[in-house]
Parts: sequence; C-alpha cells; structure tokens
Amino acid sequence: MKKRIWRIIIGAVVFAAAIIINIEWLQIAMFVISYVIVGGDVVKRAVRNIFKGQVFDENFLMSIATIGAFLIGEYPEGVAVMLFYQVGELFQSYAVGKSRKSIASLMDIRPDYANVKKGDELVRTDPDEVQIGDIIVIKAGEKIPLDGKVIEGYSMIDTSALTGESVPREVEVGSDILSGCININGVITAEVTKEFGESTVSKILDLVENASSKKSNSEQFITKFARYYTPVVVIIAALLAIIPPLIIEGATFSVWIYRALAFLVVSCPCALVVSIPLSFFGGIGGASRKGILVKGSNYLEALAETEIVVFDKTGTLTKGVFNVQEIHPEGVSKEELLELTAYVESYSNHPISLSLKRAYGKEIDNGRISDVEEISGHGVVATVDGRKVMAGNIKLMKMMNIPYFKGELIGTVVHVAVNKQYIGYITIADEVKPDSAQAIKELKAANIKQTVMLTGDNKSVGSKVGKELGLDKVYAELLPADKVEKLEELFLQKSKKGKIAFVGDGINDAPVLARADIGIAMGGLGSDAAIEAADVVIMTDEPSKIATAMRISKKTLKIANQNIVFAIGIKIIVLILSAFGLATMWAAIFADVGVTIIAVLNAFRALNVKNL
Amino acid sequence: MKKRFILEGIECANCAAKMENAINKLDGVKEATVNFMTQKLVIEGEDEKMPIIVQEAEKIVKDIESHVVMKKA
Repeated sequence: MKKRIWRIIIGAVVFAAAIIINIEWLQIAMFVISYVIVGGDVVKRAVRNIFKGQVFDENFLMSIATIGAFLIGEYPEGVAVMLFYQVGELFQSYAVGKSRKSIASLMDIRPDYANVKKGDELVRTDPDEVQIGDIIVIKAGEKIPLDGKVIEGYSMIDTSALTGESVPREVEVGSDILSGCININGVITAEVTKEFGESTVSKILDLVENASSKKSNSEQFITKFARYYTPVVVIIAALLAIIPPLIIEGATFSVWIYRALAFLVVSCPCALVVSIPLSFFGGIGGASRKGILVKGSNYLEALAETEIVVFDKTGTLTKGVFNVQEIHPEGVSKEELLELTAYVESYSNHPISLSLKRAYGKEIDNGRISDVEEISGHGVVATVDGRKVMAGNIKLMKMMNIPYFKGELIGTVVHVAVNKQYIGYITIADEVKPDSAQAIKELKAANIKQTVMLTGDNKSVGSKVGKELGLDKVYAELLPADKVEKLEELFLQKSKKGKIAFVGDGINDAPVLARADIGIAMGGLGSDAAIEAADVVIMTDEPSKIATAMRISKKTLKIANQNIVFAIGIKIIVLILSAFGLATMWAAIFADVGVTIIAVLNAFRALNVKNL
Repeated sequence: MKKRFILEGIECANCAAKMENAINKLDGVKEATVNFMTQKLVIEGEDEKMPIIVQEAEKIVKDIESHVVMKKA
C-alpha cells in the first residue's frame, strides 16, 4: 500500500513538472518517465494476462488507452488517465480493506482463554479444552469464554457484541451467562454449562463466517452487466477508430482514435462491480451492530420486498412467561385472595403455581398449610390457617357444587373458595413484550400490507393479543403442521414480487421458518434450532428489531440502486458525448475514477445504521 | 460436496466475478460462489471430481489475479 502511494506521488510530481516545462523533448521524456513510474506495473500485468487469455482485462484496456494517447501525441492525457486510474484503484482497495476490517472487528468476540479453577489455582486454558462442570473465573474486562451459570459474585456484563444492546446486564448468583459478552466490573465465578463448540460465541461466529454466499439480484445484475459491458464498449471503440475516418470525408484518424481511446477509459466496470457488494456488505455489517444477523445479501434484499409478516405468538410477541394478570376478589380483600391462593398452590412447581408465588412475593410459611390434596385436572384442596381452601378450574367448582363467576375470562383462570364459599378468581396469562405493539406499528409505517399471528393457544387469548397489538389477522388453536398450511394460504394473498416473512422463536416452528421467503428467528441467543433454520436472526428479544431490519434493508437497496443508476448513467452519457467529440479524455477519466470514488463513498453510508 | 476457501488479497470485484464465472464452467461444479467482500470461495461439486475441480479453480484464481492466495477455510 505504502509503495503504491509513493509511486503515485512521485509520478504526479514528475507529471506536474513536465506540464510546466516548455522544452519539448525534455517534456516528452518526463511524461514518459512519470508514465513508467505510475503505470509500469499495469502494463506489465496487461502483457502477462494476455498470455493467459484474459483479453478484456482492465490492465489491458488502460494500457491500450494510455499508450494510444501517447501515439497520437496526447501525452498529458495518457499520463493522467494512468495516474487517476491508479488513484482510483488505491482508493478502492483502501475502502474495501477498511470496510472488511470494520466488520471483522465487529465480530471480534472469540475468547482467547478461560481461567479454570483447579484447587486454589487459576489455570489459563484454551476454551476448547474446558469441560462441562468446570469452574471458571471471569475477571473485570475479560470476555466470557463459555456459556455458564454464575455460582459466585455479582457484576455488570456488556452484551453489545451479541445483541447490539448498549445497556449492560446485571448478573448475580444463578444467572446464566453467555460467551462473547464482556464482564465489566466485578469478578464472577461460573460453572460451565456448554462446551466451547456448543457455546453461543461459536454458534454466532459459525453463522457469520459461513453465511450463505447467496447474492442479491442487484449483485447478479451488475456482474452480468459487467460481463457484456466491457466487450461491447471495446468493440464500439474499435469500430469508432476505423470506420468513420474511412467513410466520412475529411475525418482524420487522430480525431477518431482520440474518441475511441476515451471509450476505452470508460469501458472499465470497476465502480459498479465494487460498489454494489460493498453496499450490501455495509448493510449486513450495520445490521449486525444492531443485533440483527442476516445470512446473505439476498435476504437483506428480500426484507425490503416483504408484504406480509407472520408472527408466532408465544415467545415472539409475548414473553412466554406466565404472570398474574387480574385478581378479582368477592367478599375478601385482593391481598387475602392472592395469599390464600399462593398458599394452596405452594406445593406445586407448575408454571401457574410459580406465577402465583411470584405475584405473592412473600415467603411461604409451611406451618400454616396442611392436608394438601391435588385433584388432577381440577385443582388443589388444602387447609390453610384451619380453613379449607379450594383453588382450581371450573371443573373443580362444579365438582364441589360451588357457584362461581361465569363471565368470559381470558387466559388461565383459578377460581378460589373458602369453606365452600366462593371468594373470587385470579387470571394468569402470558404477557406481551413491551415493544410488540410498537413493532406492529412500525411495520405498518414501513408499508407492510398484512400482519398475521399464528398460535396454538385458544381463540380468546389469541384474539385478545391480536387486538391489543393491532394485528390484522389471528389464527388460533393451530397445531405445528397447521401453521405451514396457513402460511401456504397467505402465499396466495401476496403479490407476485412480494415476500412473506415468518417470525418465530425456533421452538416447534422450524418448518414454517424454512417455508417462508424469509425466516426470522427471535431471541437467537440460546436456541440453536432457530439459528440454523432462519435466514435472519434477531439476537435480542425485541420484535421491533424486525422493522429496524427492514429499514436497513430499504436504505441499503436505495444506495445500491443509486449507485447502479448513477454509475451506468454517467458512463453512458460520457460514451455518447465522446462519440460525438463533445467530451474529452478528461471527462472519461471522471466517468471512470470519479464515479468509482463517489459510488464507493455512497456505499459506505450503508454501514451507518445509527438512526434506523 | 461443498468446499470453502479463502481468497486472500482479492482486491478487484470484477475479477471476483470473472473467477466465479470461470469456476462455474468447470466440469462437475454444481455451484460456485465468490464473495468479494468476505474473500470467500465456496465450491459445490461432484465428490469424485472435487480434487481436479480444486486444482483447476486454483489455476483460474492465479490466472486472473496472480497475487491472490487460495487457502482452505
């Protein structure tokens, strides 16, 4: 790189000196010297490539154009074309290198070592050699090497490399920690729960490094275009140099050869070919900064064409965690109803019981409860503080002949009676995620025609969530196989070019993820099935990231299209102008190098996703 | 069979496209992709022809950009 810069600088100085000097032979000699300094390697490569059968090679085209300029006496143009061509190449490789590096640093999450506790000693070990059950110590500032569970210590950890989330997460004894995160302040001791190969960090690196090389339509278009563009322009240039001087009266070879040479300068498709993959690469890199992993530029492109977004409910739009929603007492206080219910249910580990205990929040005093009897499929009967308490579903109330509240309720309902007297009910349901409604709103703003939810849950729960979030359609009580069928139905409703995205958490919905045009997996952390089946993985638990991904996709596509139109447009205009002798070789240089630089700078914008 | 390689030092996007095109034309290749930005070459081809395909691919890479080093990923 340094050598190339110096060659360009020295060549440019000699070139500038040559322009000032007005001793003709010395001037020409200096032009030749600067040409050799700047473009010697290009000519050398051109010669070598011809022997290898690479006819329409850029080096060859540039050599012909510049040597041709020398032969018709246009020395400054000859040198300038080569000089600027080299500047453009240098800029290009700098830009490409820089963007490759910025993505690489983004993915610099591989831990180098683990501190394994052996007796009283800490041994620095290769993460590959650490086994499940080993105890590791993570000091402040270190990367968490393997997935594990904290057994000692308290700290804040930075998950931004995995999730794009900038707010640090608190961990304490019992918390799960994921490899690839950074421990910010305290010292934590953890028990390893997964081998390195199975740990989050390995899964993610694998995903990024082996992302499918599938290309977007714009990339395919541009490489195809380049394949025909160069030969066509070169052939026209050859005809332009020979035919008009022969058939048009008074036309001279030197004029038409000059025009033909300008054609050759513009014949290089570099700007286009480099700026399109650069834009997509930037878009994918920018997305991963936001915790959105896109497995290929074709998927990034498809996101912008999405018409219908289909969601799974549990774990995607809702938290997948049950919580007490409503406490409705009759004749007693809310606190008393909750307390009694929590006590009766305290012997069970069912998610419903756990949610009641959580809502109660106080320690359960086992001495106050006796004679616990679980009636399978109905509920629990127990004696609390000497009173006989019954808690369970409608069937239990009917069995015990207790009149109960008969209105329509949503979610799981626990009816409670004391000494055969009804005292009210508690409803428990899965909660929607805080940003789910926002996610749907943002998708609508992004011109998504339909938002649909598929769920295995019952109709009342499904339609409540649907209404709360503003979804267009809800299909409830579906078995996993029914979900694929519903998706097939939706395929008939989209336009020909439109795409369907399915968003799920990878549990029970891998076939649907695979069937959709774009499978989006939520909360990729921890679910291997989702990471494998999906085309896009959202590392955080936020459904609103889907709209973010679509905005990134649209921005990237816009940039790519701008580059296509701009670069092809300028080249064609300059070609036409120079055919009629209205553009000089200098304009041709701009159409080549200038366009490359502008297109590359434009492509760089794709990496910036801060405000999306 | 799928094989992955790193094309170290690939600098010209058009050359990457040319390589991809030429490797795709090799006998026994089902699909070959060159990703210019990630410097990756993925060849999917018939098992028994793979050794020859890899050899030919390396030659193509060298012919188009002589300083590029093709390494196993």
